[in-house]
Amino acid sequence: MKARVHVMLKNGVLDPQGEAVHHALDAMGFEGVNGVRQGKVIELDLADGTTEADVNAMCEKLLANTVIESYTVELY
Amino acid sequence: MRAAVVVFPGSNCDRDLAVAFENAGAQVEMVWHKDTELPGGIDIVGIPGGFSYGDYLRCGAIAAQSPIVKSVKAHAERGGYVMGICNGFQVLTETGLLPGALLRNAGLKYICKTVGLKVETSNSDFTMGYNAGDIINIPIAHHDGNYFADPDTIARLQGEDRVAFTYTDNPNGAQADIAGILSENRRVLGMMPHPERAADAGHGGTDGVALFRALAGALTAA
Repeated sequence: MKARVHVMLKNGVLDPQGEAVHHALDAMGFEGVNGVRQGKVIELDLADGTTEADVNAMCEKLLANTVIESYTVELY
Repeated sequence: MRAAVVVFPGSNCDRDLAVAFENAGAQVEMVWHKDTELPGGIDIVGIPGGFSYGDYLRCGAIAAQSPIVKSVKAHAERGGYVMGICNGFQVLTETGLLPGALLRNAGLKYICKTVGLKVETSNSDFTMGYNAGDIINIPIAHHDGNYFADPDTIARLQGEDRVAFTYTDNPNGAQADIAGILSENRRVLGMMPHPERAADAGHGGTDGVALFRALAGALTAA
């Protein structure tokens, strides 16, 4: 089993990297980009029997800093 | 005063911090990140600046889970003193010993320069060598020093007189210009600027000396 964890800065937390990417897209002439947020994706290769609750615990304790970041877990 | 300075792979201000403690009269022991216990009789633990574990995942995130930091947490929970500078401040927020988090600088650039700091409170053993309102000059050197906390936390820090230092000219977008904060019991300090780099005439400034002297005074008497 594998899990894909998406970690994003929470709404309301300034994302200067996303802003810089947005600015660059505008400068390149791409129109219609209303906003850019940059996050990260972490892929976990898990032993059988590992539960979604285990992955959530990993997110809470290490993979995301819930003061500033939110996360979603996708098992596949 | 007996001080321990934690060394992580990637720490680079550990020896500077040890020298600043020693010059204030402290006996200093260096402790390695894989150590599980602090040496006995330690009054204060210094968590130095640098790039612990290469800043992987988030600055300070991996260090916060290291064996020695569990012992540092226990030391703080017993009422022991802890001081985290720069990456050390990031480690302290990641452990939860201090609230908030340090985000990427608003201007996205790594900033290395001497900045003005306003001493917001002299009510701590770290800051009692200054007067509240003093302006001191201390170097910063960071890419992720933009202090963030939710509005309630900022209000609580301000209401409880736990903001130790603010920037006179905010370089990184930090909320409420915050450069350093104290724990609830005022014995844990986290700050982005480097007082250990302004602790000898050869550094070009000595405004950090009063912090180390005040600590040595408080912890030697105790």
